[in-house]
Amino acid sequence: MARTKKKFRWRDFLPYYLLALPGIIYMICNNYLPMFGIVIAFKNLNFRKGIMGSDWCGFDNFKFLFASKDAWAITRNTILYNVAFIILTTLIAIAVAILINEIKSRTASKLYQSLILLPYLMSWVIVSYLAYAMLSGETGMINNGIFKALGMKSVSWYNEPKYWPFILTFVHLWKTVGYAMIIYYSSIVGISQDYFEAATLDGASKWQQIKYITLPLLKPTMITMLVLQVGRIFYSDFGLFYQIPMNSGTLYSVTRTIDVYVYNALMKSSDFGMSSAASVYQSIVGFVLIIAVNALLRKTSKENALF
Amino acid sequence: MRDKTIRESTVWQIAAHAIMISGSLLALLPFILLVIASFTDNQTALVNGYSFFPAKWSLEAYEYIAREWVTVGRAYLMTIVVTVVGTVLSLVLTSTFAFAVSNDRLPGHKLLMFLSIFTMLFNGGIVASYYVYSNIFHIKDTIFALIVPNLLMTPFNVVLVKNYYKNSISPSILEAARIDGASVFQVFHKIVIPLSVPILATIGLMTAIAYWNDWTNGLYYLTERNGVKLYTIQLVLNKINENINFLANNSELAAKAASLPSTTMRMAIAVVGVLPIMIAYPFFQKYFVKGITLGGVKE
Repeated sequence: MARTKKKFRWRDFLPYYLLALPGIIYMICNNYLPMFGIVIAFKNLNFRKGIMGSDWCGFDNFKFLFASKDAWAITRNTILYNVAFIILTTLIAIAVAILINEIKSRTASKLYQSLILLPYLMSWVIVSYLAYAMLSGETGMINNGIFKALGMKSVSWYNEPKYWPFILTFVHLWKTVGYAMIIYYSSIVGISQDYFEAATLDGASKWQQIKYITLPLLKPTMITMLVLQVGRIFYSDFGLFYQIPMNSGTLYSVTRTIDVYVYNALMKSSDFGMSSAASVYQSIVGFVLIIAVNALLRKTSKENALF
Repeated sequence: MRDKTIRESTVWQIAAHAIMISGSLLALLPFILLVIASFTDNQTALVNGYSFFPAKWSLEAYEYIAREWVTVGRAYLMTIVVTVVGTVLSLVLTSTFAFAVSNDRLPGHKLLMFLSIFTMLFNGGIVASYYVYSNIFHIKDTIFALIVPNLLMTPFNVVLVKNYYKNSISPSILEAARIDGASVFQVFHKIVIPLSVPILATIGLMTAIAYWNDWTNGLYYLTERNGVKLYTIQLVLNKINENINFLANNSELAAKAASLPSTTMRMAIAVVGVLPIMIAYPFFQKYFVKGITLGGVKE
């Protein structure tokens, strides 16, 4: 009896597994096979011998990577930029979302939303063209339009590292604030109007309403967004750091993050040792970080934990 | 009291509009500059720089694109093919996988979901992916290079579709259909898919934008020697960034290279690349915003 029941079950479930099969095969190829590729970082890769045939070299690749100044610089850049981005994006996106919510005209509010979201829709390649139109030494808008009119000397932007932390932060905000704003705005719209009406009747000013109603009720959304971003603090937006400075070597000290370093080591210098060491370093520290953030949340505020 | 509230509210309205108008202009003006730059006379651009009010206008850059339509048009076609094929395949993979995972009675559905989520937390790194795709699957310089890596099925979309199935499709409909003798495939195809059009439209749009905008797959898997014929518009733009004379090197009109309107031409190709998305934006904006807000909500 039990056996027939089990057989029946399998025939029943087989179609589901068949439907899942393409997805499973894709995950194996795209995600799980590369996980075994981590061994490349511990090998002296020889293409003719393949991964399995190549000689082990232990932690040599990592030793080389951490002996260079690069390891520290790319780690510092990745983390500092992310910290600045997380703080500024959150503050500005919430401020913009609150302002848009205050606007009474539906048409105007819709229009502002669409325009502020527009840059998020563009690829980093396109954004690099827009940045170039602004920053180019000879033809850029800033040098020729603004600085000339103000009688200031033109700046060779693509050769001056000191400006780039600000440029990159600005471009990042320009492109992504719209996205975060939409999320916070939808969360503000979800707040019941009753709270605000009651507060107005009690004579609360707009400022007080924002401080005591809107912001506290935005907290869950904010925590979710922050946790997701902090979990990815070891990863950088490759497009921003590769396209916007146009992969300019003079700017590397302030523009090179782990992702850019891995790309250049792999594709430009074909250095499998260094690039795989850096990318494995990123995956493992990134993984440990996300597990740590989640463990911390499970202890302090369980409802905000990711898993 | 009442006056004070009204006055306060007016001040807020004015301040809010003023700030939002500046913010919107900040977002929009670079695009306007791009378009104007593409219509600027090349010599004027070289002397005065890009400007919102160029001294001399010109169609030179677009005439050039029209002459070079073989290169630009081919890239356009590649972008469209990759976007359409990639999006369709992605929807098939995501909707079928999510359907299996959404079935609570399926042995192993939790494991499958975990395997999908785990890929968000941990990965083998770019180098390992690069090795696997180029040395095991040999996708370098094939169209698969632009479609398969990373974009085809994201755990994020799987979660969204799975949640939609669970929250919006009642299990009793599916059971009733099964009792009436419909196979699992028929249930999926005739009931589940038609009922989940809204979510499939939303993630389909997000996926299509991701494919349209993608340039990293080409950067890794298309080589300069053999992959050029597969370049999408984004990759052509990226290539121009790397080497402004790319078009000149790749056309029969190379002899005319000296007279190329290169600074404004770059802007014109960027306009051509961005135009379809700009035109379509008002129409798909609603779904786009919906896709973003869905992403902000945790499982």
